[in-house]
Amino acid sequence: MTDGNNDHILRSKEISFIFDGVSVTGHDGETVAAALLRGGITHLRNAPNSGTPRGMFCIMGACQECVIEIDGRKVEACRTTISEGLVIRRVPDV
Amino acid sequence: MFDAIVIGAGPAGANAAIILSENGLKTALIDEQRDAGGQVWRVKSKSILKAPITEAVEQGDALRDRLKSSNVTAKFNCRVWHIERQENGHWQLSVVGDSEKKLTTKALIIATGAQERVIPVPGWTLPGVFGLAGATALFKEHMMAPMRRTIVAGNGPLLFYVASETLRLGGRVSAVISLNSRMDWLKSLPAMLSNPALIGQGLKWIFTLYKNRIPIYWQHAIKAVEGENTVDGVTICKVDQDWAPVAGTDQYIHGENLCYGQGLMPAVEATRLAGADHHYDEKLGGWVPTIDQWGRTSMSGLYACGDNAGIYGALAAPIRGSLAAEAVCEDAGINLKKRVDSKKLKAAKNFGLAATALTIPRSGLEALITDETEVCRCEGIIRQEIDFEIKTGAQSPNAIKSGTRCGMGPCGGRYCMEAIALITQHRTRKTREEIGLPTARPPLRPVTIDDISDDLDYDDLPIPGVSPL
Ligand code: FES
Repeated sequence: MTDGNNDHILRSKEISFIFDGVSVTGHDGETVAAALLRGGITHLRNAPNSGTPRGMFCIMGACQECVIEIDGRKVEACRTTISEGLVIRRVPDV
Repeated sequence: MFDAIVIGAGPAGANAAIILSENGLKTALIDEQRDAGGQVWRVKSKSILKAPITEAVEQGDALRDRLKSSNVTAKFNCRVWHIERQENGHWQLSVVGDSEKKLTTKALIIATGAQERVIPVPGWTLPGVFGLAGATALFKEHMMAPMRRTIVAGNGPLLFYVASETLRLGGRVSAVISLNSRMDWLKSLPAMLSNPALIGQGLKWIFTLYKNRIPIYWQHAIKAVEGENTVDGVTICKVDQDWAPVAGTDQYIHGENLCYGQGLMPAVEATRLAGADHHYDEKLGGWVPTIDQWGRTSMSGLYACGDNAGIYGALAAPIRGSLAAEAVCEDAGINLKKRVDSKKLKAAKNFGLAATALTIPRSGLEALITDETEVCRCEGIIRQEIDFEIKTGAQSPNAIKSGTRCGMGPCGGRYCMEAIALITQHRTRKTREEIGLPTARPPLRPVTIDDISDDLDYDDLPIPGVSPL
Protein backbone atom coordinates (compact mmCIF):
# COMPACT_ATOMS: atom_id res chain seq x y z
CA MET A 1 0.00 0.00 0.00
CA THR A 2 2.90 2.34 0.53
CA ASP A 3 3.48 2.93 -3.16
CA GLY A 4 0.57 5.30 -3.26
CA ASN A 5 -1.47 2.80 -5.23
CA ASN A 6 -4.80 1.51 -4.14
CA ASP A 7 -6.21 -1.99 -4.57
CA HIS A 8 -9.46 -0.80 -6.11
CA ILE A 9 -7.77 1.10 -8.87
CA LEU A 10 -6.99 -0.58 -12.17
CA ARG A 11 -4.20 1.11 -14.08
CA SER A 12 -3.01 0.79 -17.66
CA LYS A 13 -0.04 -1.41 -18.53
CA GLU A 14 3.41 -0.41 -17.38
CA ILE A 15 5.79 1.04 -19.91
CA SER A 16 9.30 2.37 -19.52
CA PHE A 17 10.94 5.64 -20.42
CA ILE A 18 14.30 7.23 -19.78
CA PHE A 19 14.81 10.06 -17.34
CA ASP A 20 18.30 11.51 -17.25
CA GLY A 21 19.79 8.25 -18.55
CA VAL A 22 17.92 6.02 -16.09
CA SER A 23 15.05 3.73 -17.07
CA VAL A 24 11.85 4.47 -15.15
CA THR A 25 8.49 2.69 -15.42
CA GLY A 26 5.10 4.29 -15.37
CA HIS A 27 1.56 3.57 -16.50
CA ASP A 28 0.79 4.28 -20.14
CA GLY A 29 -0.98 7.62 -20.44
CA GLU A 30 -0.03 9.13 -17.09
CA THR A 31 2.02 12.29 -16.78
CA VAL A 32 5.78 12.34 -16.42
CA ALA A 33 5.27 13.98 -13.02
CA ALA A 34 3.10 11.13 -11.72
CA ALA A 35 5.41 8.43 -13.02
CA LEU A 36 8.53 10.06 -11.59
CA LEU A 37 6.85 10.65 -8.28
CA ARG A 38 5.84 7.00 -8.05
CA GLY A 39 9.44 6.10 -8.89
CA GLY A 40 10.58 8.26 -5.99
CA ILE A 41 12.18 10.90 -8.21
CA THR A 42 11.31 14.43 -7.13
CA HIS A 43 14.50 16.43 -7.75
CA LEU A 44 14.16 17.46 -11.40
CA ARG A 45 16.44 20.45 -11.84
CA ASN A 46 18.25 23.29 -10.08
CA ALA A 47 16.99 26.85 -10.08
CA PRO A 48 18.84 29.21 -12.44
CA ASN A 49 20.00 31.90 -10.01
CA SER A 50 20.07 30.40 -6.54
CA GLY A 51 20.99 26.89 -7.70
CA THR A 52 18.57 25.37 -5.19
CA PRO A 53 17.04 21.98 -6.07
CA ARG A 54 13.53 21.98 -7.55
CA GLY A 55 10.80 19.56 -8.51
CA MET A 56 7.09 19.56 -9.27
CA PHE A 57 5.24 21.93 -6.99
CA CYS A 58 1.81 23.07 -8.23
CA ILE A 59 1.16 19.94 -10.34
CA MET A 60 -1.26 21.93 -12.50
CA GLY A 61 0.84 23.79 -15.01
CA ALA A 62 1.15 27.08 -13.18
CA CYS A 63 4.53 27.24 -11.42
CA GLN A 64 6.92 25.97 -14.13
CA GLU A 65 9.07 24.25 -11.50
CA CYS A 66 8.74 20.84 -13.16
CA VAL A 67 10.29 21.82 -16.47
CA ILE A 68 12.13 18.99 -18.25
CA GLU A 69 13.56 18.59 -21.73
CA ILE A 70 12.13 16.35 -24.45
CA ASP A 71 13.58 16.50 -27.99
CA GLY A 72 15.28 19.77 -27.14
CA ARG A 73 11.98 21.37 -26.11
CA LYS A 74 11.28 22.45 -22.57
CA VAL A 75 7.96 21.09 -21.34
CA GLU A 76 6.14 20.72 -18.03
CA ALA A 77 6.42 17.26 -16.47
CA CYS A 78 2.97 17.70 -14.95
CA ARG A 79 1.34 18.29 -18.35
CA THR A 80 3.24 15.82 -20.52
CA THR A 81 2.23 12.18 -20.80
CA ILE A 82 4.74 9.35 -20.96
CA SER A 83 5.09 6.94 -23.85
CA GLU A 84 7.21 3.83 -24.36
CA GLY A 85 10.86 4.71 -24.88
CA LEU A 86 10.38 8.46 -24.31
CA VAL A 87 13.74 10.11 -23.60
CA ILE A 88 13.67 12.89 -21.04
CA ARG A 89 16.62 15.00 -20.02
CA ARG A 90 17.11 17.36 -17.14
CA VAL A 91 17.25 20.99 -18.17
CA PRO A 92 20.81 22.25 -17.77
CA ASP A 93 21.62 24.44 -14.77
CA VAL A 94 22.12 28.00 -15.92
CA MET B 1 -15.89 34.69 -34.99
CA PHE B 2 -17.84 33.43 -32.01
CA ASP B 3 -20.81 34.98 -30.26
CA ALA B 4 -19.27 33.94 -26.96
CA ILE B 5 -16.04 32.41 -25.72
CA VAL B 6 -15.60 31.03 -22.22
CA ILE B 7 -12.11 30.65 -20.79
CA GLY B 8 -11.98 27.88 -18.19
CA ALA B 9 -13.99 24.65 -18.30
CA GLY B 10 -14.57 24.17 -14.59
CA PRO B 11 -18.08 23.92 -13.10
CA ALA B 12 -18.75 27.64 -13.68
CA GLY B 13 -17.34 28.08 -17.18
CA ALA B 14 -18.50 24.80 -18.70
CA ASN B 15 -22.02 25.33 -17.40
CA ALA B 16 -22.09 28.86 -18.79
CA ALA B 17 -20.92 27.63 -22.20
CA ILE B 18 -23.56 24.90 -22.36
CA ILE B 19 -26.35 27.34 -21.53
CA LEU B 20 -25.13 29.87 -24.09
CA SER B 21 -25.09 27.32 -26.87
CA GLU B 22 -28.51 26.01 -25.86
CA ASN B 23 -29.73 29.53 -26.46
CA GLY B 24 -28.41 29.61 -29.97
CA LEU B 25 -25.14 31.46 -29.40
CA LYS B 26 -22.12 30.19 -31.29
CA THR B 27 -19.95 29.36 -28.29
CA ALA B 28 -16.40 28.15 -27.72
CA LEU B 29 -15.00 26.82 -24.46
CA ILE B 30 -11.24 26.86 -23.88
CA ASP B 31 -9.26 24.98 -21.25
CA GLU B 32 -5.66 23.93 -20.78
CA GLN B 33 -6.66 20.52 -19.43
CA ARG B 34 -7.61 17.64 -21.69
CA ASP B 35 -11.29 17.75 -20.73
CA ALA B 36 -13.76 19.77 -18.70
CA GLY B 37 -14.03 19.64 -14.91
CA GLY B 38 -11.60 22.29 -13.72
CA GLN B 39 -9.64 21.58 -10.57
CA VAL B 40 -12.57 20.45 -8.47
CA TRP B 41 -13.93 17.90 -10.94
CA ARG B 42 -10.58 17.31 -12.59
CA VAL B 43 -10.70 14.66 -15.28
CA LYS B 44 -8.89 11.37 -14.58
CA SER B 45 -5.74 10.43 -16.43
CA LYS B 46 -6.08 7.95 -19.29
CA SER B 47 -3.90 5.58 -17.26
CA ILE B 48 -6.76 4.94 -14.83
CA LEU B 49 -8.83 2.16 -16.37
CA LYS B 50 -11.13 1.53 -13.46
CA ALA B 51 -11.61 3.23 -10.10
CA PRO B 52 -14.26 3.59 -7.42
CA ILE B 53 -16.86 6.20 -8.33
CA THR B 54 -16.83 9.15 -5.96
CA GLU B 55 -19.26 12.03 -5.91
CA ALA B 56 -16.74 14.37 -7.55
CA VAL B 57 -16.18 11.85 -10.35
CA GLU B 58 -19.91 11.51 -10.87
CA GLN B 59 -20.50 15.25 -11.01
CA GLY B 60 -17.54 15.77 -13.28
CA ASP B 61 -18.67 13.02 -15.65
CA ALA B 62 -22.17 14.47 -15.75
CA LEU B 63 -20.78 17.85 -16.75
CA ARG B 64 -18.52 16.30 -19.40
CA ASP B 65 -21.46 14.34 -20.83
CA ARG B 66 -23.64 17.43 -21.00
CA LEU B 67 -20.85 19.26 -22.76
CA LYS B 68 -20.35 16.47 -25.28
CA SER B 69 -24.00 16.43 -26.26
CA SER B 70 -24.07 20.23 -26.61
CA ASN B 71 -23.10 22.37 -29.59
CA VAL B 72 -20.24 24.03 -27.73
CA THR B 73 -16.94 24.09 -29.64
CA ALA B 74 -14.61 22.73 -26.97
CA LYS B 75 -10.93 23.55 -27.30
CA PHE B 76 -8.93 21.51 -24.82
CA ASN B 77 -5.18 21.41 -24.26
CA CYS B 78 -5.45 24.98 -25.42
CA ARG B 79 -3.94 27.96 -23.63
CA VAL B 80 -4.88 31.60 -23.93
CA TRP B 81 -1.83 33.83 -23.62
CA HIS B 82 -3.18 37.21 -24.65
CA ILE B 83 -6.52 39.03 -24.57
CA GLU B 84 -7.08 42.23 -26.53
CA ARG B 85 -10.08 44.40 -27.09
CA GLN B 86 -10.63 45.36 -30.69
CA GLU B 87 -11.86 48.74 -31.85
CA ASN B 88 -15.35 47.41 -32.57
CA GLY B 89 -15.61 46.18 -28.96
CA HIS B 90 -15.01 42.54 -29.82
CA TRP B 91 -12.36 40.48 -28.08
CA GLN B 92 -9.37 38.83 -29.65
CA LEU B 93 -7.63 35.95 -27.91
CA SER B 94 -4.17 34.67 -28.76
CA VAL B 95 -3.95 30.95 -28.11
CA VAL B 96 -1.56 28.03 -28.37
CA GLY B 97 -2.60 24.41 -28.81
CA ASP B 98 -5.32 25.10 -31.36
CA SER B 99 -5.35 25.10 -35.16
CA GLU B 100 -6.05 28.84 -34.99
CA LYS B 101 -3.68 31.29 -33.34
CA LYS B 102 -6.29 34.00 -32.87
CA LEU B 103 -9.92 33.67 -31.90
CA THR B 104 -12.42 36.49 -31.84
CA THR B 105 -15.71 36.83 -30.00
CA LYS B 106 -18.41 39.33 -29.19
CA ALA B 107 -18.79 38.25 -25.56
CA LEU B 108 -16.04 36.89 -23.34
CA ILE B 109 -16.66 35.03 -20.10
CA ILE B 110 -13.66 34.49 -17.87
CA ALA B 111 -13.92 31.48 -15.58
CA THR B 112 -10.31 30.78 -14.73
CA GLY B 113 -10.98 29.65 -11.16
CA ALA B 114 -8.60 29.93 -8.26
CA GLN B 115 -4.92 29.86 -7.60
CA GLU B 116 -3.16 28.76 -4.48
CA ARG B 117 -1.75 31.03 -1.78
CA VAL B 118 1.50 29.61 -0.43
CA ILE B 119 3.49 31.52 2.20
CA PRO B 120 7.25 31.20 1.62
CA VAL B 121 9.29 29.74 4.47
CA PRO B 122 12.89 28.49 4.43
CA GLY B 123 13.05 25.29 2.38
CA TRP B 124 9.64 25.65 0.69
CA THR B 125 11.38 25.29 -2.69
CA LEU B 126 12.67 21.78 -1.87
CA PRO B 127 11.55 18.93 -4.13
CA GLY B 128 8.85 17.02 -2.25
CA VAL B 129 6.95 20.16 -1.26
CA PHE B 130 3.64 20.39 -3.12
CA GLY B 131 0.84 22.89 -2.99
CA LEU B 132 -2.25 21.60 -1.17
CA ALA B 133 -4.26 22.16 -4.31
CA GLY B 134 -1.45 20.45 -6.21
CA ALA B 135 -1.92 17.38 -4.06
CA THR B 136 -5.62 17.34 -4.92
CA ALA B 137 -4.67 17.41 -8.61
CA LEU B 138 -2.58 14.32 -8.01
CA PHE B 139 -5.47 12.59 -6.24
CA LYS B 140 -8.05 13.45 -8.86
CA GLU B 141 -6.04 13.02 -12.02
CA HIS B 142 -3.85 10.10 -11.01
CA MET B 143 -5.62 8.67 -7.99
CA MET B 144 -2.33 8.53 -6.17
CA ALA B 145 -0.95 10.06 -3.00
CA PRO B 146 2.56 11.41 -2.64
CA MET B 147 5.10 8.72 -1.84
CA ARG B 148 6.39 8.03 1.65
CA ARG B 149 5.35 10.01 4.72
CA THR B 150 3.39 13.17 4.08
CA ILE B 151 3.08 16.20 6.30
CA VAL B 152 0.01 18.33 5.55
CA ALA B 153 0.19 21.97 6.59
CA GLY B 154 -1.58 25.28 6.09
CA ASN B 155 -5.14 26.33 6.77
CA GLY B 156 -8.77 25.98 5.81
CA PRO B 157 -10.74 22.87 4.91
CA LEU B 158 -8.38 21.71 2.15
CA LEU B 159 -5.95 20.61 4.86
CA PHE B 160 -8.25 17.90 6.15
CA TYR B 161 -9.36 16.80 2.72
CA VAL B 162 -5.75 16.35 1.60
CA ALA B 163 -4.78 14.44 4.74
CA SER B 164 -7.71 12.04 4.67
CA GLU B 165 -7.51 11.52 0.91
CA THR B 166 -3.80 10.71 1.22
CA LEU B 167 -4.76 7.95 3.65
CA ARG B 168 -7.61 6.71 1.45
CA LEU B 169 -5.25 6.37 -1.49
CA GLY B 170 -2.80 4.30 0.52
CA GLY B 171 -0.35 7.02 1.55
CA ARG B 172 0.94 7.76 5.02
CA VAL B 173 0.44 10.98 6.94
CA SER B 174 2.91 12.04 9.67
CA ALA B 175 0.97 15.01 10.95
CA VAL B 176 -1.49 17.76 10.12
CA ILE B 177 -0.31 21.29 10.97
CA SER B 178 -3.19 23.77 11.07
CA LEU B 179 -2.81 27.52 11.42
CA ASN B 180 -6.46 27.64 12.40
CA SER B 181 -7.31 26.87 15.99
CA ARG B 182 -10.19 24.63 17.02
CA MET B 183 -11.94 27.86 18.01
CA ASP B 184 -11.64 29.23 14.45
CA TRP B 185 -13.45 26.16 13.24
CA LEU B 186 -16.14 26.33 15.90
CA LYS B 187 -16.81 29.93 14.95
CA SER B 188 -17.28 29.04 11.31
CA LEU B 189 -19.68 26.18 12.01
CA PRO B 190 -22.95 28.17 12.14
CA ALA B 191 -22.35 29.60 8.66
CA MET B 192 -21.35 26.21 7.35
CA LEU B 193 -24.51 24.62 8.67
CA SER B 194 -26.17 25.99 5.57
CA ASN B 195 -24.77 22.86 3.98
CA PRO B 196 -25.12 19.85 6.30
CA ALA B 197 -23.93 17.41 3.64
CA LEU B 198 -20.58 19.12 3.31
CA ILE B 199 -20.25 19.49 7.08
CA GLY B 200 -20.74 15.74 7.30
CA GLN B 201 -18.03 15.22 4.73
CA GLY B 202 -15.66 17.45 6.70
CA LEU B 203 -16.35 15.57 9.91
CA LYS B 204 -15.65 12.33 8.09
CA TRP B 205 -12.23 13.64 7.07
CA ILE B 206 -11.37 14.62 10.63
CA PHE B 207 -12.73 11.32 11.95
CA THR B 208 -10.48 9.44 9.51
CA LEU B 209 -7.50 11.30 10.95
CA TYR B 210 -8.46 10.50 14.54
CA LYS B 211 -9.10 6.87 13.67
CA ASN B 212 -5.63 6.60 12.14
CA ARG B 213 -4.12 8.44 15.12
CA ILE B 214 -2.71 11.21 12.97
CA PRO B 215 -1.54 14.04 15.22
CA ILE B 216 -3.21 17.36 14.47
CA TYR B 217 -1.27 20.43 15.62
CA TRP B 218 -3.83 23.22 15.92
CA GLN B 219 -2.58 26.80 15.73
CA HIS B 220 0.84 25.77 14.48
CA ALA B 221 2.86 26.78 11.44
CA ILE B 222 5.70 25.42 9.36
CA LYS B 223 8.76 27.39 10.37
CA ALA B 224 11.19 25.68 8.01
CA VAL B 225 11.31 22.72 5.65
CA GLU B 226 14.46 20.71 6.30
CA GLY B 227 16.51 18.64 3.87
CA GLU B 228 19.38 18.79 1.41
CA ASN B 229 17.96 17.87 -2.01
CA THR B 230 14.57 16.60 -0.89
CA VAL B 231 12.42 16.97 2.22
CA ASP B 232 13.54 15.18 5.43
CA GLY B 233 11.13 16.87 7.77
CA VAL B 234 9.82 20.18 9.03
CA THR B 235 10.32 22.45 12.01
CA ILE B 236 7.00 23.65 13.31
CA CYS B 237 6.11 26.21 15.94
CA LYS B 238 3.07 27.50 17.74
CA VAL B 239 1.49 30.69 16.41
CA ASP B 240 -0.47 33.40 18.18
CA GLN B 241 -3.91 34.74 17.23
CA ASP B 242 -2.37 36.69 14.34
CA TRP B 243 -0.45 33.62 13.16
CA ALA B 244 2.92 35.08 14.18
CA PRO B 245 5.40 32.44 15.42
CA VAL B 246 5.72 32.04 19.19
CA ALA B 247 9.37 31.88 20.31
CA GLY B 248 10.63 28.75 22.04
CA THR B 249 7.93 26.41 20.72
CA ASP B 250 9.86 24.68 17.93
CA GLN B 251 9.37 20.98 17.27
CA TYR B 252 10.74 18.72 14.54
CA ILE B 253 8.52 16.35 12.54
CA HIS B 254 9.79 13.70 10.13
CA GLY B 255 8.29 13.28 6.68
CA GLU B 256 9.45 13.13 3.08
CA ASN B 257 6.64 15.11 1.51
CA LEU B 258 4.96 18.31 2.51
CA CYS B 259 1.59 19.39 1.13
CA TYR B 260 1.41 23.05 1.96
CA GLY B 261 -0.93 25.96 1.25
CA GLN B 262 -2.87 28.82 2.83
CA GLY B 263 -6.07 28.93 0.88
CA LEU B 264 -7.21 29.95 -2.56
CA MET B 265 -7.15 33.30 -4.28
CA PRO B 266 -9.15 34.33 -7.35
CA ALA B 267 -7.07 33.83 -10.51
CA VAL B 268 -7.51 37.31 -11.92
CA GLU B 269 -4.71 37.56 -14.48
CA ALA B 270 -7.14 37.19 -17.37
CA THR B 271 -9.69 39.78 -16.23
CA ARG B 272 -6.84 42.13 -15.36
CA LEU B 273 -5.16 41.70 -18.73
CA ALA B 274 -8.50 42.37 -20.40
CA GLY B 275 -8.59 45.67 -18.52
CA ALA B 276 -11.52 45.27 -16.13
CA ASP B 277 -11.69 47.14 -12.80
CA HIS B 278 -10.70 45.14 -9.73
CA HIS B 279 -10.83 45.71 -6.01
CA TYR B 280 -9.48 43.96 -2.93
CA ASP B 281 -11.88 42.02 -0.74
CA GLU B 282 -10.27 39.68 1.77
CA LYS B 283 -13.58 37.90 2.37
CA LEU B 284 -13.59 36.85 -1.28
CA GLY B 285 -9.99 35.63 -1.19
CA GLY B 286 -8.20 38.78 -2.38
CA TRP B 287 -8.34 40.81 -5.60
CA VAL B 288 -11.55 40.32 -7.55
CA PRO B 289 -13.02 41.88 -10.68
CA THR B 290 -15.74 44.35 -9.76
CA ILE B 291 -18.93 42.74 -11.06
CA ASP B 292 -22.69 43.08 -10.82
CA GLN B 293 -24.76 40.24 -9.43
CA TRP B 294 -24.74 38.43 -12.78
CA GLY B 295 -21.03 38.71 -13.42
CA ARG B 296 -20.83 41.73 -15.74
CA THR B 297 -17.44 43.41 -15.29
CA SER B 298 -16.71 47.11 -15.78
CA MET B 299 -16.14 46.49 -19.51
CA SER B 300 -18.96 45.79 -21.90
CA GLY B 301 -18.87 42.31 -23.34
CA LEU B 302 -16.65 41.00 -20.54
CA TYR B 303 -18.05 38.74 -17.82
CA ALA B 304 -16.56 36.77 -14.93
CA CYS B 305 -17.94 33.80 -13.02
CA GLY B 306 -16.69 31.16 -10.63
CA ASP B 307 -13.87 31.38 -8.10
CA ASN B 308 -11.88 33.91 -10.13
CA ALA B 309 -14.67 36.39 -9.31
CA GLY B 310 -14.47 35.60 -5.56
CA ILE B 311 -13.83 32.32 -3.76
CA TYR B 312 -17.36 31.08 -3.10
CA GLY B 313 -16.36 27.52 -3.87
CA ALA B 314 -17.46 24.68 -6.08
CA LEU B 315 -21.04 24.58 -4.87
CA ALA B 316 -21.76 28.12 -6.01
CA ALA B 317 -19.72 27.87 -9.22
CA PRO B 318 -22.28 26.26 -11.58
CA ILE B 319 -24.98 28.66 -10.41
CA ARG B 320 -22.67 31.61 -11.01
CA GLY B 321 -21.98 30.19 -14.46
CA SER B 322 -25.71 30.20 -15.18
CA LEU B 323 -25.96 33.81 -14.04
CA ALA B 324 -23.16 34.94 -16.33
CA ALA B 325 -24.79 33.09 -19.24
CA GLU B 326 -28.05 34.86 -18.45
CA ALA B 327 -26.30 38.22 -18.60
CA VAL B 328 -24.64 37.43 -21.94
CA CYS B 329 -27.97 36.34 -23.43
CA GLU B 330 -29.78 39.36 -22.10
CA ASP B 331 -27.11 41.72 -23.45
CA ALA B 332 -27.40 39.97 -26.83
CA GLY B 333 -31.15 40.55 -26.80
CA ILE B 334 -32.09 36.93 -26.12
CA ASN B 335 -34.73 36.31 -23.52
CA LEU B 336 -33.70 33.41 -21.36
CA LYS B 337 -36.01 31.71 -18.94
CA LYS B 338 -34.77 32.18 -15.39
CA ARG B 339 -33.04 29.14 -14.09
CA VAL B 340 -31.17 30.45 -11.11
CA ASP B 341 -32.51 29.54 -7.70
CA SER B 342 -31.41 32.53 -5.64
CA LYS B 343 -31.97 30.74 -2.33
CA LYS B 344 -29.71 27.91 -3.39
CA LEU B 345 -27.10 30.39 -4.54
CA LYS B 346 -27.19 32.24 -1.23
CA ALA B 347 -26.74 29.05 0.80
CA ALA B 348 -23.87 27.93 -1.42
CA LYS B 349 -22.23 31.33 -1.19
CA ASN B 350 -22.51 31.43 2.61
CA PHE B 351 -20.83 28.08 2.85
CA GLY B 352 -18.06 29.15 0.51
CA LEU B 353 -17.50 32.38 2.43
CA ALA B 354 -17.21 30.52 5.73
CA ALA B 355 -14.57 28.22 4.24
CA THR B 356 -12.68 31.16 2.71
CA ALA B 357 -12.81 33.05 6.04
CA LEU B 358 -10.62 30.37 7.62
CA THR B 359 -7.89 31.19 5.11
CA ILE B 360 -7.82 35.02 5.20
CA PRO B 361 -4.13 35.86 5.77
CA ARG B 362 -3.39 37.36 9.16
CA SER B 363 -0.73 39.95 9.94
CA GLY B 364 1.66 37.56 11.69
CA LEU B 365 2.23 35.34 8.66
CA GLU B 366 4.79 37.78 7.34
CA ALA B 367 7.09 36.94 10.28
CA LEU B 368 7.40 33.36 9.01
CA ILE B 369 9.18 34.66 5.92
CA THR B 370 12.77 34.91 7.21
CA ASP B 371 15.47 37.14 5.72
CA GLU B 372 17.02 34.27 3.79
CA THR B 373 13.76 32.78 2.47
CA GLU B 374 13.53 32.61 -1.32
CA VAL B 375 10.34 34.58 -1.86
CA CYS B 376 10.45 34.56 -5.65
CA ARG B 377 11.04 30.94 -6.59
CA CYS B 378 11.75 31.65 -10.25
CA GLU B 379 14.37 34.34 -9.82
CA GLY B 380 15.72 33.21 -6.47
CA ILE B 381 15.04 36.55 -4.75
CA ILE B 382 15.28 36.38 -0.96
CA ARG B 383 13.25 38.42 1.51
CA GLN B 384 16.22 40.60 2.46
CA GLU B 385 16.39 41.96 -1.09
CA ILE B 386 12.70 42.81 -1.03
CA ASP B 387 12.98 44.52 2.35
CA PHE B 388 15.90 46.51 1.00
CA GLU B 389 13.86 47.72 -1.98
CA ILE B 390 11.05 48.82 0.31
CA LYS B 391 13.46 50.54 2.68
CA THR B 392 14.95 52.47 -0.23
CA GLY B 393 11.59 53.71 -1.40
CA ALA B 394 9.72 51.02 -3.33
CA GLN B 395 6.07 51.15 -2.29
CA SER B 396 4.39 49.04 -4.92
CA PRO B 397 4.80 45.60 -6.48
CA ASN B 398 5.73 47.32 -9.76
CA ALA B 399 8.62 49.13 -8.08
CA ILE B 400 9.78 46.02 -6.24
CA LYS B 401 9.53 44.05 -9.45
CA SER B 402 11.70 46.43 -11.44
CA GLY B 403 14.19 46.70 -8.58
CA THR B 404 14.65 42.96 -7.97
CA ARG B 405 13.16 41.05 -10.93
CA CYS B 406 10.86 39.48 -8.34
CA GLY B 407 7.80 38.16 -10.12
CA MET B 408 9.31 38.40 -13.59
CA GLY B 409 10.02 34.70 -13.92
CA PRO B 410 8.09 32.02 -15.72
CA CYS B 411 5.39 31.60 -13.05
CA GLY B 412 4.30 35.15 -13.84
CA GLY B 413 4.48 36.22 -10.21
CA ARG B 414 1.72 33.82 -9.22
CA TYR B 415 3.60 32.48 -6.22
CA CYS B 416 5.44 35.53 -4.91
CA MET B 417 3.10 38.51 -5.31
CA GLU B 418 1.00 37.62 -2.28
CA ALA B 419 4.11 37.36 -0.07
CA ILE B 420 5.42 40.64 -1.47
CA ALA B 421 2.13 42.31 -0.64
CA LEU B 422 2.22 40.93 2.92
CA ILE B 423 5.79 42.17 3.40
CA THR B 424 4.97 45.58 1.91
CA GLN B 425 1.91 45.84 4.12
CA HIS B 426 4.02 45.06 7.18
CA ARG B 427 6.73 47.59 6.27
CA THR B 428 4.56 50.47 5.01
CA ARG B 429 1.31 49.99 6.95
CA LYS B 430 -0.56 50.58 3.70
CA THR B 431 -3.74 48.72 2.85
CA ARG B 432 -3.74 46.00 0.21
CA GLU B 433 -5.83 48.27 -1.99
CA GLU B 434 -3.19 51.01 -1.71
CA ILE B 435 -0.36 48.59 -2.39
CA GLY B 436 -2.07 47.30 -5.51
CA LEU B 437 -0.90 44.71 -7.99
CA PRO B 438 1.79 44.85 -10.66
CA THR B 439 0.62 45.84 -14.14
CA ALA B 440 -0.94 42.89 -15.96
CA ARG B 441 1.13 41.78 -18.94
CA PRO B 442 0.99 38.97 -21.42
CA PRO B 443 1.65 36.09 -21.64
CA LEU B 444 -0.96 34.65 -19.30
CA ARG B 445 0.79 31.31 -19.69
CA PRO B 446 4.35 30.65 -20.80
CA VAL B 447 4.68 30.33 -24.54
CA THR B 448 7.65 29.43 -26.69
CA ILE B 449 9.05 31.74 -29.32
CA ASP B 450 7.91 29.21 -31.95
CA ASP B 451 4.33 29.54 -30.74
CA ILE B 452 4.16 33.23 -31.38
CA SER B 453 7.04 34.17 -33.65
CA ASP B 454 5.07 34.81 -36.80
CA ASP B 455 2.90 37.50 -35.34
CA LEU B 456 5.23 39.93 -33.71
CA ASP B 457 8.62 41.57 -33.77
CA TYR B 458 11.32 40.36 -31.51
CA ASP B 459 11.39 43.85 -30.06
CA ASP B 460 8.01 43.59 -28.47
CA LEU B 461 8.28 39.95 -27.57
CA PRO B 462 6.07 39.75 -24.53
CA ILE B 463 7.80 36.85 -22.81
CA PRO B 464 9.81 37.38 -19.67
CA GLY B 465 13.56 37.10 -20.21
CA VAL B 466 14.17 33.87 -18.39
CA SER B 467 11.06 31.88 -19.25
CA PRO B 468 12.16 28.24 -19.33
CA LEU B 469 9.56 27.32 -21.91
S1 FES C 1 4.47 21.37 -11.16
FE1 FES C 1 3.96 23.44 -11.51
S2 FES C 1 3.97 23.53 -13.65
FE2 FES C 1 4.31 21.43 -13.29
